[in-house]
Amino acid sequence: MTTTPLAARGPRAWWRVPQRQVPVLATLALLLVMYGIGVSQYRAFSNIQVVFNLFIDNGFLLVVAVGMTFVILTGGIDLSVGSVVAMTAMVSASLLNDGVHPALVLLIALLIGPTLGFAMGCVIHFFDIQPFIVTLAGMFFARGMCTWINTASIPITDGFWTSAAQERIRIGENFVTVSVLVALAVVAVAAYTLAYTRLGRNVYAIGGNQQSALLMGLPVGRTKIAVYTISGLCSAIGGILLSFYTLSGAPLIAIGMELDTIAAVVIGGTLLTGGSGYVFGTLLGVLVLGVIQTLITFDGSLSSWWTKIVIGGLLFAFILLQRLVGIRKK
Amino acid sequence: MSQRHPVLTMTAISKIFPGVRALDGVDFRLFPGEVHALMGENGAGKSTLIKVLTGVYGTDAGTITLDGQQVSFAGPMQATAAGVSTVYQEVNLCPNLSVAENIFIGREPRRLGAVNWREMRRRAQELLARIDLHIDVTEPLGSYSLAVQQMVAIARAVDVNARVLILDEPTSSLDADEVAQLLRIMRQLRDDGIAIVFVTHFLDQVYGIADRITVLRNGRLVGEYPTAELPQIALVEKMIGKELDALERLDSEAGRDRAAITAGQPLVAADGLGRTGSVAPFSLTIHAGEVVGLAGLLGSGRTEVARLFFGADRADQGRLAVDGEPTAIRNPVAAIGRGVAFCSENRRTEGLVGELSVRENIILAMQATRGWLRPVPRRKQDELVERYIKALSIRPADPDMPVRNLSGGNQQKVLLARWLITEPRLLILDEPTRGIDIGAKTEIQRLVAQLSDGGMAVLFISAELEEVLRLSHKVVVMRDRQLVAQLDNDDTLDADRVMRAIASGARQEELEKA
Repeated sequence: MTTTPLAARGPRAWWRVPQRQVPVLATLALLLVMYGIGVSQYRAFSNIQVVFNLFIDNGFLLVVAVGMTFVILTGGIDLSVGSVVAMTAMVSASLLNDGVHPALVLLIALLIGPTLGFAMGCVIHFFDIQPFIVTLAGMFFARGMCTWINTASIPITDGFWTSAAQERIRIGENFVTVSVLVALAVVAVAAYTLAYTRLGRNVYAIGGNQQSALLMGLPVGRTKIAVYTISGLCSAIGGILLSFYTLSGAPLIAIGMELDTIAAVVIGGTLLTGGSGYVFGTLLGVLVLGVIQTLITFDGSLSSWWTKIVIGGLLFAFILLQRLVGIRKK
Repeated sequence: MSQRHPVLTMTAISKIFPGVRALDGVDFRLFPGEVHALMGENGAGKSTLIKVLTGVYGTDAGTITLDGQQVSFAGPMQATAAGVSTVYQEVNLCPNLSVAENIFIGREPRRLGAVNWREMRRRAQELLARIDLHIDVTEPLGSYSLAVQQMVAIARAVDVNARVLILDEPTSSLDADEVAQLLRIMRQLRDDGIAIVFVTHFLDQVYGIADRITVLRNGRLVGEYPTAELPQIALVEKMIGKELDALERLDSEAGRDRAAITAGQPLVAADGLGRTGSVAPFSLTIHAGEVVGLAGLLGSGRTEVARLFFGADRADQGRLAVDGEPTAIRNPVAAIGRGVAFCSENRRTEGLVGELSVRENIILAMQATRGWLRPVPRRKQDELVERYIKALSIRPADPDMPVRNLSGGNQQKVLLARWLITEPRLLILDEPTRGIDIGAKTEIQRLVAQLSDGGMAVLFISAELEEVLRLSHKVVVMRDRQLVAQLDNDDTLDADRVMRAIASGARQEELEKA
């Protein structure tokens, strides 16, 4: 046999985009179009600081969405993130208020989220329960803890916190905050983990076909527990960034944030069924949400509810796009 | 070969499921560098034996020795780690990952802790080149055909250092070229010293490649034979454990009194019936007691014809008459009301409720026609169910067994029983014998003959010409979604003529008759 009839397929043309990258490119195109609209409509929009503000205002959302990307890539979901963000901010504010050293506060705050995530991951894996319901329980638990700590908002006056919040890192004539650097570092580490480590590749394998992953001898249970722990860690980091941003802990803050992050991840091109998606897409998804918000702020006459309406429409469009790409594949 | 030591020995293996003795003291030996076919009817215990070997099930008795050491795997992962890999008909890989990654995931080449993608691609290409598969290894696995996916699965198994490779019905969904390629790879692996267990229903493939054959029947070992010393007919006898004269007898009945059957008014008459984009208009009559065979290649429109008769698709041209009365069968409910039953192709996924017992599954359709307010009395249930279990020889003959515990062939019989119990006047069977073993095939063929003797009209769809010829009074040939010939099954009709009709459209056949 000189040729294999089964493999009659030439090398890929350079201009042909791999199918799994189509959704991410669609998001990128959308982002550019929306930014273009902003620049053409409002003179101040072209200021580079507008772009930096996108990162400043959405840094914590970005970090949380990165954690959510891991979970959704395995085909799971984590509804507890918003509550964990609020709980982390609450705990930090409360401890700082009691005069605990900020370094210790930082450590404790960074441990709470992953611990809860680890616990939820264990329940999901060992008892084989739907992630939806386990993390729903986690969401109620963490939210309850917030009000148990204090029913009212606690202001933060600690020196480290205020300087972290107000430090402006200059880039030319513009500036970013510490939060932005932290968020970008999280994105970079996450992207590396997903692309170049066994843990990351196992995440994709489980999302593709959990049964197969098991039969191929991959550590399915360990990986699933790991992604919920990672999501918990990202929520904890997000919570600290949020407390930098607001300089307070409030029991009712970040309600519904889990839904914003899911929207960002999906608009960023990650399949809700798992197995396909990129952290870079999630970054774009968060920016899309941010640009919508900015556009509506610039307009000034539109109610902020328009943000939700536009996000709703976009989500719908992107889920349809995923479906169409999926169908064409078959 | 017998001087060498077997790589794998299974001794006196027994496995008992609730109410079924799935394996009863079975022995199995496997030598390095051989292809060993594991043969048996559906329900003979092949799948169970493999699941016991790979640790999916525990054993109730018996020992497994691998390389002289007694082993007991806790699951397929452990078995794989010990060098026993299985490739199933449905590929157990991740369609979203690239071909290269599917081969190496869990064992990725790394540099400084990071996955070395370039090295992985290079090694994947090298590995696949060894089995003469030249594909872009960076493409997702899911974008390739099932055959390629299977070969990738084999490549992975071999590279994980498999000494025992189990191929469980790998060729069932492949076309002839792909099968040839797969067999070639098997030969190559065998020559490399790997021991291969080959489970299949296709006798030709067994005789094309297997060195030895082990036959199971009803959970017991029938024997182990060198392929060269076991003629095909003897193998079939050992598999089904009864004489083949049943088939011969059916043969002699095929030429039954056709004139008498077609004398009266047709039960169903289609006149120019068709559906745009599905089937070109055709005319066809089916009489009570007549078996009409529908022959043609896959995708020629056979199933589409059946769907029009059953109302699963709506005709947009032509007329349909039942008992001489014009009628429009708009949906399956209307069809069932007129006494039409349709056993569809993918009956295993479509019809049965695995958790329910054989009895409940059989009664389901009958109960549905009566409405839930009039339950079928238990005594009547028992009577009916017992009769059909016997008539179709459903095994195990236990009406309270959950259907999922039955083998594939027996599940199909349960579904058939469900339709028969509604006493249809026209029974449409779409590939009723595909994927089941010769014994069950014969039983179903005999049943079709009996039913038509009893006055039932049968529309019989099958890809196997021999089967169609044996059973049918009239053979209808489909080609490119057109009805191209209607051939009376008299002494002059043989497989050759039908084949020619399928191939050429056979307009001249009709001309000859006219």
